[in-house]
Amino acid sequence: MLSYAVRGLTRRHGVGEHSVLANDGIDLDVRQGEVFGVLGPNGAGKTTLVRQLMGLLRPDAGTITMFGRDVRAEPGVPARLAGYLSQGDLALAELPVATAVTTTARMRGLSRGGARAACGSVLDELGLTAVAGRPLARLSGGQRRLACVATALVGDRPVLILDEPTTGLDPLARRAVWAALQRRREATGTTVVLITHNVLEAESVLDRVAVLEAGRVIACDTPGQLKASVSGDVRLDLAWRHDPPADDPTVAMLARLATTSGRRWTVRLAPAEARDALGRLTTGAAFAALDDFSLATPSLEDVYLTLGGVSRDLERT
Amino acid sequence: MTVVPDAHDLSAARRLPGLERGSPTQSTPGSAATGSAVPGSAVPGVPAAGVALPGQAAAAEVAAGARPDGGVALPRIPSATPFPAAFGAVFRGQLARSKVGRIPLLFVASFQSIGILVLLRGILDVHDTTAAGQVVAGSTVLVVAFVALNLLAQRFGALRAAGALDYYLTLPVPPAAVVLGTAASYAAFAAPGTLITAVFGSLLYGLSLSGLWLLLPVVVLAGVCLSGLGAAVGLLAPRPELATIAGQLGMSVVLFLGVIPADRLPEVGRIARDALPSTYAVDALSEAFQPGVDWAMVVANLAVCAAVGIAALAVAVLALRRVGTS
Repeated sequence: MLSYAVRGLTRRHGVGEHSVLANDGIDLDVRQGEVFGVLGPNGAGKTTLVRQLMGLLRPDAGTITMFGRDVRAEPGVPARLAGYLSQGDLALAELPVATAVTTTARMRGLSRGGARAACGSVLDELGLTAVAGRPLARLSGGQRRLACVATALVGDRPVLILDEPTTGLDPLARRAVWAALQRRREATGTTVVLITHNVLEAESVLDRVAVLEAGRVIACDTPGQLKASVSGDVRLDLAWRHDPPADDPTVAMLARLATTSGRRWTVRLAPAEARDALGRLTTGAAFAALDDFSLATPSLEDVYLTLGGVSRDLERT
Repeated sequence: MTVVPDAHDLSAARRLPGLERGSPTQSTPGSAATGSAVPGSAVPGVPAAGVALPGQAAAAEVAAGARPDGGVALPRIPSATPFPAAFGAVFRGQLARSKVGRIPLLFVASFQSIGILVLLRGILDVHDTTAAGQVVAGSTVLVVAFVALNLLAQRFGALRAAGALDYYLTLPVPPAAVVLGTAASYAAFAAPGTLITAVFGSLLYGLSLSGLWLLLPVVVLAGVCLSGLGAAVGLLAPRPELATIAGQLGMSVVLFLGVIPADRLPEVGRIARDALPSTYAVDALSEAFQPGVDWAMVVANLAVCAAVGIAALAVAVLALRRVGTS
């Protein structure tokens, strides 16, 4: 069963000359129990898409069905089935963390005791127990975001729609969120729709990803398939401690092909070539100058750029 | 030696949240290719068929049904949260906010009214209990106007501008519970200030405190009326600055037409006074300070407050629904 089936979704913001086509004929299927990602740069139409999935915006054209129910005809259905995390948190800013989570749980229909218990367990899961009594506005940016994630998770909805849940989180907190999503998926088959402009997040947690560019889906597949589809090349990243010997033939060959950023080089090569080049570097004279290296298959950023994406604001870390 | 992992292995490795590419600890040249795959330890990509039903606290409306082909059951659709529980949650949440940021504002609200009482004490004939009663009642209702009209209009205006109403609109609660819960909590913020103002005013002007119990229905109904107007203004104003201006202007009008006794206003002022809903609350409360209370008048005045409040709250609820389906 599909959690969401989206067909021909089109939505324009504004009127007249200044109007922007935020979503342009989007087709998507989100399967039940998968972690589905929407990756794209700022302004690609990601938030417009999920706000329509939540019934917050009416599409100009196209259809959205959620578990077979027409969201346009029944805009109240997503609120009952999905926990939603928006980018803003003004509604909760002055509330103590535990109160924010407990009242949200109550509004999702949990009993008073059930809400308290659910709050305790989700705060524990995300490592927020120590700050449970503090208002969100007095937390660090990362903890504040984490508290908002807690409000989206509480009440165990069958679907979670999270608009950039890990923005501003440190790596530890980010992993806590990813683990919480995996746990719900494995325990109860929760479907997760996750917006991100972070490539690492997309590659780490998503089962499938739709790449959005200027309101259109330019690709949709598993991260591995997407990467395999665009290029057989691998990426060799080199960081030099000091300038490498220019007369070394391998260094000279790589220098011609590399895009450089200071002493960091990125070279795209066929796998065999990359393996040979790295072998020669690590056994030759250039080894002394080499500080760090990595060899990787193309990232989703490469996919995005290869498919015609023009923005450079995707995050890598 | 250096190994180029194939795309599948690497993507599997990347699924491990702990594994990040090119970390310094892995960077000794020649040690191994960083970002190497860890086969067999990937988190499963696709869930198995036959996923368990999500455990829902709320009752189900649509019965689950297993698909004959896949075996994955449809989730139960949780029912919408009933009004009383939703109202209570919104109300308590807003009251919790008051502990953080609202208390200084409560003082401001009372001090403003007390200042007006002290100011007018110098120019009013204290033996005119009708006029004195109106001044005290007007100052008391002003506290409600400051909190329920002005602050609530600002709050809803700011929430709407920031897109923060999405939080409420994506919870399975009736919009009326959000508007009424918030309005009720703002009216409740005003309650202590009204008591302080009414008692202080009665003592200052030598009025009887025996009818002061009337403060309770007056504050409740003035609260309904003014918070309804505040919510409607905040939710309908196209820009948050307009909501702020409208809220403050509204409060000024409540101040001007409520505090100045009706018989001292010019004709046009009296017409405006009759058109302003809050003055009915002022008139009802000022009766409490008079020797002989005209109960029919009190009830009629409070009924006007209630009617306007209900109408304004209905408008606010419609405005919130409109925000939710733009």
